[in-house]
Amino acid sequence: MHKEKKLLNKTLIYILLTVLAIVSFIPFYMMIINATRETKDIIMGFTFIPGTELVENYKNMMSYVNIWAGFKNSLIVSVTVTILSGYFSALTAFGFAVYNFKGKNQLFIFMLLMMMVPGQLGLIGFYELNKALGFLDTFIPLIVPAIASPFVVFFLKQYLSSTLHPSLLEAARIDGAGELKIFHTIALPIMMPAVATMSIFTFIGSWNNYILPLVVIFSPEKYTLPVLMGFLKGSQVAQNLGSLYLGIAISVVPIMIAFLFFSKYIITSISAGSVKG
Amino acid sequence: MKRLDHKGYYFIAPFFVIFLVFNIYPVLLTFYYTFTHYEGYGKPEFIGLANYARILTDSYFLEAFVNTWKIWGLNFALQLGIALFLAALFSDLRFRIKGLGFFRAVFYLPNLITISSVAILFSIMLDWQYGSINQFLMKIGLIAEPINWLNSPFASQASVSLILTWMWFGYTFIVLMAGVSGISKEYYEAALIDGANRIQTFFYITLPLLKPIMLYVLITSLIGGLQLFDLPMLLTDGLGSPDGALNTMVLYLYNQAFRYNNYGYAATIAYMLFLITVVFSAITFKSMYREAKGEKAAAKEEKRKIKAAKKRGNTNAQGKKVA
Repeated sequence: MHKEKKLLNKTLIYILLTVLAIVSFIPFYMMIINATRETKDIIMGFTFIPGTELVENYKNMMSYVNIWAGFKNSLIVSVTVTILSGYFSALTAFGFAVYNFKGKNQLFIFMLLMMMVPGQLGLIGFYELNKALGFLDTFIPLIVPAIASPFVVFFLKQYLSSTLHPSLLEAARIDGAGELKIFHTIALPIMMPAVATMSIFTFIGSWNNYILPLVVIFSPEKYTLPVLMGFLKGSQVAQNLGSLYLGIAISVVPIMIAFLFFSKYIITSISAGSVKG
Repeated sequence: MKRLDHKGYYFIAPFFVIFLVFNIYPVLLTFYYTFTHYEGYGKPEFIGLANYARILTDSYFLEAFVNTWKIWGLNFALQLGIALFLAALFSDLRFRIKGLGFFRAVFYLPNLITISSVAILFSIMLDWQYGSINQFLMKIGLIAEPINWLNSPFASQASVSLILTWMWFGYTFIVLMAGVSGISKEYYEAALIDGANRIQTFFYITLPLLKPIMLYVLITSLIGGLQLFDLPMLLTDGLGSPDGALNTMVLYLYNQAFRYNNYGYAATIAYMLFLITVVFSAITFKSMYREAKGEKAAAKEEKRKIKAAKKRGNTNAQGKKVA
């Protein structure tokens, strides 16, 4: 009797978890299904079976908006941001971890304090600065600020302090290696796992960023995907629901595929980060 | 080593140059704009504290403030509730639920997807007549009439809250599970042996020991929630429709600056938002801290009592009470 009740409870729990899993996934599933259907069918009702209009929807969408241009823009911006942020944060972390220069602690604390400031605080000034420098409607304001990523520096410095042994540096110096070379050949490889972890989050953050490109980019051919999504909704494409669904699907599916490969890695990083934080 | 120390400056120089130009300077420039009337061309006109006087009596800002809290509050309560419930299920030794890795990944998936894509997706799926959500809910008989999600103030705010919950409960669950895995198994085993039931185990072991990590979740969610922008911007017309219900603080900031060219006033909104964030983070932090301190004081008091009792020679009676 007791055992039966336990089995029942357990079954109920699994049903509940499955329902939650379905709720988490079903909007994406419907998006993919509807991307293959005709507008008039979508209006009539929903179904779980794919339609046959995928090619038509694609042609229709491309006749108004070239989504791959947005895709390319997003890719250029996110990849450059990830590389710059990874490299320069490692450089800065190395500077903080290895040398004892004057004012080091003050600078580090100052950086940590500025980390708490929300991004929107300087938005108006940021816009005006880029206007004055002639950087509006270019990728510069989206890319160059990534050189200064306080959180990544903080994370890498903690990592380096616990993994880089001073004797390694001494040995390299005796061999006559310059400081920059030591960074490139010894410290950077050691930091690589931590850089990779941070890179995933930097890339996703940049890929999903909406307000910044919305503010600084004006020409539709330079739109990144998130801004292009907003543009899509207000354009002729929105008349054709199937095409609109397809456009959204194209922006979403790559991240879903990437998640398939990296999910374990990403989730472990979140867990580790929160326990430390 | 000493003679090389100055080289540290070269390594941190690129960071600080870019940081000063693209981070610090814009923040200071924005602060300067809060004292000006500036429409984006010509010279900013100095107007003293007029923007601050205006924001304190601005009913739209107040509306945005209230809306942001309502939307965030409902979402946070739901998200934390679901995540805690899930964490309790998965930490229960008697159930031994399998598939933690799978469920974690699926629950977390919505969090990773571009919010603007999610917003557009839901703006069509929540359509009153043609939206898949109403079609689905009517088909399974949960509702008889289609719900006009994005046209009533209450339903639209609830929609945003629910979408946020959908996006974030998986993340919160992962973070709480990280906390749970830090709790020693011995506590649960001891509770099991002592015959504590599930609810007791949850309220006396899991919940108190998760407090620090819940503080982390609360503060990060609050800071993110106060900056709510993408969803309200893209779900409806970007002006806060219906009836101003989706007018959030950052949406108001954006519209004041880039739709109406009131840069000075928008800068003031940014600083108010910052002030609000700092104040509420500090309050949350302090109240949680004080509670923790209160508990410690109570424990000390207990210990003192036991010691006093020991001196009197009736250790057992008092000692048991604490255990």
